[in-house]
Amino acid sequence: MNNFKELSFKTVTYIASLFTIVVLLGIIFSIFLGGTPVFQYVSLTKFLSSPSWHPTHDPPDFGILSLIIGSLLVTAGALVISIPLGLGSAIYISEIASQRVREILKPIIELLAGIPSVVYGLFGMAFLSPFLIRIFKIPTGLNIFSASIILGLMVVPIISSLSEDALSSVPKSLREASLALGANKWETIIRIVVPAAKAGIISSIILGFGRAVGETMVVLMVAGGAAQIPSNIFQPVRPMPATIAAEMGETVIGSPHFYALYGIAIILFVITFISILITEFIVMRKKR
Amino acid sequence: MVNKSAHIITEDLNLWFGDNHVLKDVNIPVYDRNVTALIGPSGCGKSTLLRCFNRMNDLIPETRITGKVMLYEENIYSSRVDVTNVRTKVGMVFQKPNPFPKSIYKNVSYGLNVRGIARSRIEEIVEKSLHDAWLWEEVKDRLHESAFSLSGGQQQRLCIARALANDPEIILLDEPTSALDPQSTARIEELCLALKDQVTILIVTHNIAQAGRISDYTAFMYLGEMVEFGKTKQMFTVPKDKRTEAYLSGVFG
Repeated sequence: MNNFKELSFKTVTYIASLFTIVVLLGIIFSIFLGGTPVFQYVSLTKFLSSPSWHPTHDPPDFGILSLIIGSLLVTAGALVISIPLGLGSAIYISEIASQRVREILKPIIELLAGIPSVVYGLFGMAFLSPFLIRIFKIPTGLNIFSASIILGLMVVPIISSLSEDALSSVPKSLREASLALGANKWETIIRIVVPAAKAGIISSIILGFGRAVGETMVVLMVAGGAAQIPSNIFQPVRPMPATIAAEMGETVIGSPHFYALYGIAIILFVITFISILITEFIVMRKKR
Repeated sequence: MVNKSAHIITEDLNLWFGDNHVLKDVNIPVYDRNVTALIGPSGCGKSTLLRCFNRMNDLIPETRITGKVMLYEENIYSSRVDVTNVRTKVGMVFQKPNPFPKSIYKNVSYGLNVRGIARSRIEEIVEKSLHDAWLWEEVKDRLHESAFSLSGGQQQRLCIARALANDPEIILLDEPTSALDPQSTARIEELCLALKDQVTILIVTHNIAQAGRISDYTAFMYLGEMVEFGKTKQMFTVPKDKRTEAYLSGVFG
């Protein structure tokens, strides 16, 4: 009887794990199946390098360079905000805060990760955007700058909690060794603890990058939605996920436009896939 | 017996971790250019006492200390004292080798960089420290390899070199050989004997034979008290206190 229990438990968990893999492979397969036909209408080089995205014109233009640039700009902006905030709070929680402060601060930062992205987006539209218009006297508050701020806030908890794990797992003996050599607390953090946690910190940043580049709702609501190559950070852009989300509902299934949106999904998938591969590679190299 | 100058003296040193009274009225002299061993059963407070000499116990929350630790004329627990300064004068080597995840060279130069020693002098000091820790011949061709590529015994000698680079007056060794094989242990013991011409050594050990082999003075601690302090030869042949005698003959410990 016991043997049967063990066997059935094993089978159930095995099927569950197999199922997720099958679904993942199915999704990858369907993206590529849906996306590759676009290259009948436009070459891969033109698809990637042309800045004009006019999918409903006749003839249509399927160049996604401006969308890629839009995505990369808001993501870079998000990282500019989230790396100092995330790493700074991680260092504070792990190295400086007292036990009590740590117990309060840690869950609060993790709570930030639990806020739905549409709420972030709403915050951006309703509060941040009008605020920016008043401060900077700009025509629209939905632009690279505001999208970067909101995306950055969303990424802070990822960088903070993963970096904090990495910093906390640096052995106490290394901190003691540094202090015993006459280094003060600050020198110990900067010269010993942070370098020793480097692999974990870099992984957290790459994961944050993957999160920001794939985030849809915030960029749809806050980035402004103009498919153009911007000349400054107060101009609206149309990142890749926002393009897919905004246009997929209005296109005919099987049309070139439909395939082109799938093509964008392939590019997005490849970018996040590579970022996850890099993270895994770093973690694996650290273990050895 | 007390004809040498004492390098460090504690005066009625008491230490509490929270409500736990760990050190009770400890008075101990550590003589200049000698090896002093701290022995006693596990939990007797010997490592805690050692960590009082470079104020490492400061790191543990809810620690309370009364009494004095005089480094020559200066009480290192006085509020005017710069603790990082104390720690460069009083070096420490830990129980388990704990090199930084950096190159061999950078492990030794770390303390010098932190203190802002001129770049031009660092190379020379690193080489001298590695010589003094008997490691130079083994590592001179691979100074820029990771410290983790060294064996355990070599890592511990690297930790000694790292401490020596600061040109300390005293080195505290906290059971430095307990994680090492007998050969590496013997080498570290010989090294201690060689080093005592240039630096005062205070070593915690739970290996009685080790204390007998390398120390000039021995302090026996039991339940947070300093039971007996004296010349090692004397204490090991004619212990004054019954508890010392019992510990040395292996009745407990």
